[in-house]
Amino acid sequence: MTIVEKVSALLGEGAILEAGTDRVPRIAPGSPDAVALLLGTAHQEGWRVRIEGAGTWLQSDAPADLALTTRRLDRIPAIEPSDLTATAEAGIGLDQLRQQLADRGAWLAIDPPGLAGRTLGSVVSTATAGPLRHAFGPIKDHLLGVTFVTGDGRMVQSGGRVMKNVAGYDLTRLQAGGFGAFGVIVLVHLRLRTLPRADITYLLEGAREDLTQVGEDVAAAGLTPAALELVSPALARRERWVLGVRLAGSPALVAADEAGLGAASGGGRFTALRAEEAHAFWMRLAEGFSVRPVTFRIGGVPSASDELLDLLQHQLGDEWISASPAAGAIRWTGDTSVDRLQRLRRTLAGMEVPLTLERAPWPLRGAVGHFGAYREGVGPLVAGLRRTFDPGGALVVATEGS
Amino acid sequence: MSPNLADDLASIVGQRHVRQARAERVTYAMDGLPTHRRVPDLVVLPGTREELIAVVRLLAAHDVPFVPRGAGTGLSGGALADEGAVLVVLTRLNRILRVDRDNQLAIVEPGVVNAKLSAAAQPLGLQYAPDPSSQSACTIGGNVAENAGGPHCLKYGVTANHVLALELLLADGSIVDVGSPGGEPWGPDIVGLFVGSEGNFGIATKITVRLMPLPRAVRTMLADFNGLRTAGEAVSAIIAAGIVPAALEMMDQSCICAVEDSVYAAGYPRDAAAILLVEIDGRNADAVVAETEAVAELLRKSGARSVRTAASDAERERLWQGRKKAFGAMGRLSRDLVVQDAVVPRSALPDVLEKIGGIAQHYGLVISNVFHAGDGNLHPNISFDATDPALKQRVEAASAEIMALCIAAGGTITGEHGVGLDKLRYMPLIFDAESLGAMHAVRKVFDPHERVNPGKVVPVHACREWASAHPGAAPRGQPVLARAS
Repeated sequence: MTIVEKVSALLGEGAILEAGTDRVPRIAPGSPDAVALLLGTAHQEGWRVRIEGAGTWLQSDAPADLALTTRRLDRIPAIEPSDLTATAEAGIGLDQLRQQLADRGAWLAIDPPGLAGRTLGSVVSTATAGPLRHAFGPIKDHLLGVTFVTGDGRMVQSGGRVMKNVAGYDLTRLQAGGFGAFGVIVLVHLRLRTLPRADITYLLEGAREDLTQVGEDVAAAGLTPAALELVSPALARRERWVLGVRLAGSPALVAADEAGLGAASGGGRFTALRAEEAHAFWMRLAEGFSVRPVTFRIGGVPSASDELLDLLQHQLGDEWISASPAAGAIRWTGDTSVDRLQRLRRTLAGMEVPLTLERAPWPLRGAVGHFGAYREGVGPLVAGLRRTFDPGGALVVATEGS
Repeated sequence: MSPNLADDLASIVGQRHVRQARAERVTYAMDGLPTHRRVPDLVVLPGTREELIAVVRLLAAHDVPFVPRGAGTGLSGGALADEGAVLVVLTRLNRILRVDRDNQLAIVEPGVVNAKLSAAAQPLGLQYAPDPSSQSACTIGGNVAENAGGPHCLKYGVTANHVLALELLLADGSIVDVGSPGGEPWGPDIVGLFVGSEGNFGIATKITVRLMPLPRAVRTMLADFNGLRTAGEAVSAIIAAGIVPAALEMMDQSCICAVEDSVYAAGYPRDAAAILLVEIDGRNADAVVAETEAVAELLRKSGARSVRTAASDAERERLWQGRKKAFGAMGRLSRDLVVQDAVVPRSALPDVLEKIGGIAQHYGLVISNVFHAGDGNLHPNISFDATDPALKQRVEAASAEIMALCIAAGGTITGEHGVGLDKLRYMPLIFDAESLGAMHAVRKVFDPHERVNPGKVVPVHACREWASAHPGAAPRGQPVLARAS
């Protein structure tokens, strides 16, 4: 029997989707239990499995015997506006989730890079946060718990549905940003906020160093923007660098911050965007990172932001960059080589700055790895954790590269 | 345990920092929870990172289990050493190594007292946000081990949200560096995995934490209610309105009276069935005033008898002192106090509080509630006399019922105190054997021989692997009540 025939017998023909260009069979389990069944079988049969969501972020090109896509896990079992929590399956698209939450007056305060239909599971497993991380933190801060399936088909729960929870080890945080190396996330419990009653975006164009200063002045003035993002001209499709300031929250808070923004602009003039313009600006920024072949993020201390931007410009070119200087987070996208990326990672490691490769064609990510330049003792721990959650090595994930 | 071990330890830390006499060891037999008592065989107090590493390596060479301990303020029996284990007390590792104003971070040793870190940051306009009630005594290392919370975690997050990097000392004496000063991990989030692992993965020898700017404006309100239910409904109304107070705390009448009878009297109305303490803070004074007014209006609409805003810093501090010292004040009610810890969805608070009242009545116990209402993090406190075995049994039974009640409401068995020894028996109620087995396996990645803080957090008998290997065997330790499906 072929793999497709075996899987068809196991999960039904409905689980078999059309294969991609590399002809690797694509399987879409319809429930978390079906994911466990499939991975348990893959473990026994020695199949190599690559994990996919909607196929809009990470390239679908890892060598594997089959592709497991979560796209049929698209239910939202619970939205609790009064508790500001929700439970969603991992294959739900962020656009659908956002809409359903908004209909109930709730908001998931994340704006990760990628297309609007990128799946929740993809965002969680890669921990890719966008500009809203300035005020609302990284992806892990929005998670209450996850359920995941290990590489040998065990279903594991972590966390729960309540605001605080220290029962047991925090496997949720291991899964957030694990790139699937420790299992396939099937269900996510989320912490929500109420939809901001006021939400306005201001832009300021100028030289990078001037805008960096304005960003510092905004923080020093005590303003509390939801996002404070420095965007390169090519990414923003503008003549010069752009500082995007998003104010979101209660009308009183936003009004107070608007009043303070002019004083912090260093003589420059912020332009207020209409709601549809603001939406287009932030969406363009997010989508820009899924256009070019390679995207990575680095995280340094805020005072190093300028130096890090210079370094990226020097080593790779600064065409497509977005930075949250106050959070010390920078994202770059473009085209580059294995050698250049490895050299950059080594240089950054000397500055205590990790580089996480978020997306790249398999030849590059297989060689460079999502992670690398581990500090003392980390490698054996990661290897031990991988063996624990994927004892047969069924999951094809470029953890550290070759 | 080798008869020479104490001498070998003394050669590392000095004779006076090794406790061998029973009278000395007994002082470490309990933590903040009076229901568990274990006298350690040996206690050692290293004074430097190098001494600590040498101690752990010596214990590894002797294959001796050990239990790390901070100030011993924990409330789960998590820092007690079983017979045959050495207690490694970290309170002498109390140096603040660096406070970086520009990057808003600090690097500390594990024995630094929580409140002392905020005090050191304050002149720079910064604070360390997690503020457990025991912050004047508890240590950052203990906070990391337990993923400690506190009243202001509603807005600013718990310890896990504030730890950027850790230097870890594993059971075999090896050192591992995880996390980075910018908060981005070098790979998988081992920092996030370590925080809250209750000492099972090793000891954090160097801790890098995020500091936050001090708020520029603060308003603290006291609202009082005729019923617990109405107070609980007011909490839901505030959360649903989208306002995130810095803190939103509730106390019931029993607790109010205990505080008012103590030296911590804060002016809480004794005749109120419940009070809410609501704090709004921020960087913009106008916005804080506007949000305070909005919350005051919500409180009144939700049935508050009165809403008072502290008129001065002194009054604000007094209101908070009453809340933070409430556990101490309750010492007036009886000889012993069990501070329980559980979390429920916030909308379930009114029902759950009523049912806890029913449990108290059923068992003839005094249960006082003082808790983080904004997070749904309950702390039902049971006053009793531990020398009365029958009473102690009733307390255990009531605790179990409260846990079952919170789980049934969609909640969990601990929000900030940890599992330790006390909650071991409840773990199978919320995690199935597969999930417990996964946790146990993760622990063995860090500590293959399970020598650090053995017997805590994961009830090994409930893991799938253990059950398969011991068919029909009776569970070890405390009884398993039921299993999650």
